[in-house]
Amino acid sequence: MPSINEKISEVVICFAGDSGDGIQLTGGQFTETSSFHGNDFATFPNFPAEIRAPKGTLAGVSGFQLKFGSVEVFTPGDRYDVLVAMNAAALKSNLNNLKKGGIIIANIDGFDSKNLKLAEFIDGENPLENQSLDGFQVHKIDVTKITRTALKESGLGIKEIDRCKNMFVLGYLYWMYNRKLARTEEFIRLKFKGQDTLIEANLKALRSGYNFADTAEAFTSRYEVEPAPLPKGTYRNIIGNHGLAMGLIAAAEKSGLDLFYGSYPITPASDILHFLSRYKNFGVKTFQAEDEIAAITSAIGAAFGGALGVTASSGPGIALKTEAMGLAVMLELPLVICNVQRGGPSTGLPTKTEQSDLFQAVYGRNSEAPMPVLAAYSPTSAFGAAYEACRIAIEHMTPVMLLSDGYIANGSEPWRFPRASDLTPIKSRKMEKSPNGDPFYPYQRNEELVRNWAVPGTKGLEHRVGGLEKTPIEGNVSYDPENHEQMVRVRAEKIQKIVDSIEDQEIENGEESGDCLVVGWGSTYGAIEHAVNELIEEGYSISQVHIRYLNPFPKNLGEVLKKFKTVLVPELNSGQLCSMIRSEFLIDAKPITKIKGMPFHVIEIKEEVKKYLK
Amino acid sequence: MKESSEVEKDTQSLSPKDFTSDQEVRWCPGCGDFSILKQVQTILPELGVPRENIVFISGIGCSSRFPYYLNTYGMHGIHGRAPAIASGLKAVNPDLDIWVITGDGDALSIGGNHLIHLLRRNFNLNILLFNNEIYGLTKGQYSPTSPQGSISKSTPFGSVDHPFNPLALALGAEATFVSRSMDRDPKHLRDILVQANDHKGSSLVEIYQNCNVFNDGAFERFTDKKTKKETTLFLEEGKPLVFGNEGDLKAIVLEGLRPKLVSINSMEDLPENVWVHDPSKKLLAGILTQFFEEINPKMKFPRPFGVLYKEDRTCYEELMRDQIQGAIKEKGKGDLDELLTGPNTWTIK
Repeated sequence: MPSINEKISEVVICFAGDSGDGIQLTGGQFTETSSFHGNDFATFPNFPAEIRAPKGTLAGVSGFQLKFGSVEVFTPGDRYDVLVAMNAAALKSNLNNLKKGGIIIANIDGFDSKNLKLAEFIDGENPLENQSLDGFQVHKIDVTKITRTALKESGLGIKEIDRCKNMFVLGYLYWMYNRKLARTEEFIRLKFKGQDTLIEANLKALRSGYNFADTAEAFTSRYEVEPAPLPKGTYRNIIGNHGLAMGLIAAAEKSGLDLFYGSYPITPASDILHFLSRYKNFGVKTFQAEDEIAAITSAIGAAFGGALGVTASSGPGIALKTEAMGLAVMLELPLVICNVQRGGPSTGLPTKTEQSDLFQAVYGRNSEAPMPVLAAYSPTSAFGAAYEACRIAIEHMTPVMLLSDGYIANGSEPWRFPRASDLTPIKSRKMEKSPNGDPFYPYQRNEELVRNWAVPGTKGLEHRVGGLEKTPIEGNVSYDPENHEQMVRVRAEKIQKIVDSIEDQEIENGEESGDCLVVGWGSTYGAIEHAVNELIEEGYSISQVHIRYLNPFPKNLGEVLKKFKTVLVPELNSGQLCSMIRSEFLIDAKPITKIKGMPFHVIEIKEEVKKYLK
Repeated sequence: MKESSEVEKDTQSLSPKDFTSDQEVRWCPGCGDFSILKQVQTILPELGVPRENIVFISGIGCSSRFPYYLNTYGMHGIHGRAPAIASGLKAVNPDLDIWVITGDGDALSIGGNHLIHLLRRNFNLNILLFNNEIYGLTKGQYSPTSPQGSISKSTPFGSVDHPFNPLALALGAEATFVSRSMDRDPKHLRDILVQANDHKGSSLVEIYQNCNVFNDGAFERFTDKKTKKETTLFLEEGKPLVFGNEGDLKAIVLEGLRPKLVSINSMEDLPENVWVHDPSKKLLAGILTQFFEEINPKMKFPRPFGVLYKEDRTCYEELMRDQIQGAIKEKGKGDLDELLTGPNTWTIK
């Protein structure tokens, strides 16, 4: 038994197997345990659109990538140190991302002739038995056989026993990284509460894996990843969709409004609906509508009725909601629309991430229909972004678009969560009664051009709203040409005035001027941050800016950009923010693009940026 | 909360004029919508509902201008979506008395999906479906209720579409109140409107409405004094199904599930097996929805007006409220700090 622990600062593990192998759960447990160990981390689940794709095929591979470290972690990592391959397809589809000399933990049972054929290995040749994996450290384990032996007397059937394989693998990895089993043991007891046989079997599989690694002497040393120097405080693990949902609940609480969430299930946004529907004791009303249009229009009805109306979807669903967003712009009611972006167009890549709905968010409505657009930039930022989207909607009586994406939605990070009392209260513009018996005008505005919120049920404020063009104060229907132009300008100016209530653009990293500025938005934050940090260390004159408010832009953004010779914009689309910056500020910004349904690797950004740095 | 006596005083002193907005009504002169507006304005003061609690929600089309002409809360929405807007509003504010105003194109074509889902969910509100069997606001195309063969702007050789039967559709969608009236029978319309409002659940009122510009006379056989008696059947709970002119009365009997017309001399001369209207019977309501002239070429069946079907079923907003109250009772009122903290935390010192 090796007694030496080899200290390493960060590790990237990819768990991969069939979509029914419990891969996401295994990865989630390793993450949870690492977070309790005090590591910083970032995760990236990568799974197929099919629920149970054909077993053993390349299309059916589900992956969970995790980076954890004793240093600050910005992304789930470019390449893996360890690849856990439950079958041949899992190995084949992930091998090109494994570092040279990296560790492969392969389940021998997943490499039988049937699996090899399904994974399209030429002539059914087994990579575990030829020389093709010579550059790696391969640990071949017959996980199926050992688990079956260990659980022979568990009283479970073969199918149920085989479902415990993932716990064996998890135990094995816990030994490798010197982790305690306690968190996962507790999890097993809770998950299978009341099913003692299953609890015992899973605990046994977990411990068997741990003991197997200990006695098999497969490793000369165990690895030690010490706690990361994270800022002091209390942390929890958070995935982006849950953070976003909590942001909505928090905003409802802090504004004194009821939360109404109208939604139609769609990947990768459905989790927000699942999460919110569990919190009815907060008074949250979730409404699974008959379609995307009913999802948003029911939220508009709720907003008319004085609630915080929210809807969420992904690109194709957002497209269906477009007309209703125009109605909300016209009515001037508070409404939050969340777009958890995925690869497109059309059905596209439902489970993959992309940032290609930025134009849709900012420009994608008929006629002149300006709407504020905000973007979350990491799983932990989703909470604050949702809270801020609600604040703007409520305080400025406008629909607001909040952008997230598949990577943020399902990814997780340690989160130093706020206390409820730290959150700035949100003040709605609800009217209780008509002022001093004066006649009530629904579209009378304050200096920020914001109207009041007159809710049905309030005596004396009876009024009609609608999608037709209206007069500026009374809100009566008007087709007058001069009036229309005036109203278009008023609605635009009202949105523009929001810049006075948002933060100025800050420099994330580097000096305030220099050779090169890398400008990002959304989920590319971690990769850009890591890349720019390294380039600064390498001595380049480079800085980083990450834009959270995409419409309107912070008022100092133009000045910030103009202090750099070169402006580069990495995006997971074909250059949408870059195009907006060029048109808004007349700056020769250059795009760095990737449209593969996958996040940037740090190295990809570095290499592209270096081309401009010479 | 308002004292009930105060509510009474508020509502008793209101007249139809109090429900009339300052906006000029802009339907074509002679449009059937005028009558419907007038009947609605007439019954509103009698409902005992404070004016601020009344909301009219509409979609798009001629009929959907309705909310602008009532001095209540109102929203002129987007095409076909009024049922969904109304659902969200009722969900967050169950005390409101909501009226959805829609037409045959709005409710049955572009908004068909929302209508059927509203009906099955059974929010407590009223849906007035103005059926004129034509698209008016877009100037004269056939609609999903236009008879096959209709000559219209978009069907110069006659439409090949088979039309919807709106009330059969509503029954199929699990509606709990299915009724029909018409613009040219103000008294009947007012009576049905009041019954619809009294019903707890989604009340559908199909209103035959004449578009005198693009489809004039579509329902004339039911409204013209010369033909009305032989073409219409006014349903009343507990009353036998009898129609026709004096001296040419017909009773409807059921042979199994097959309706048949039987000539009678007078109301005293009813056959033993005469069909007595019972709106709680869904199967019979289903047969009534099939009463169109062409049902049996040998017998001209009258078109039924009144409440075809009525059922008590808990409303969506009540179930929603009960679930929330149940969750609060079980878990206690939500605590934001507890939510933010979650079940697993760790501390870095």
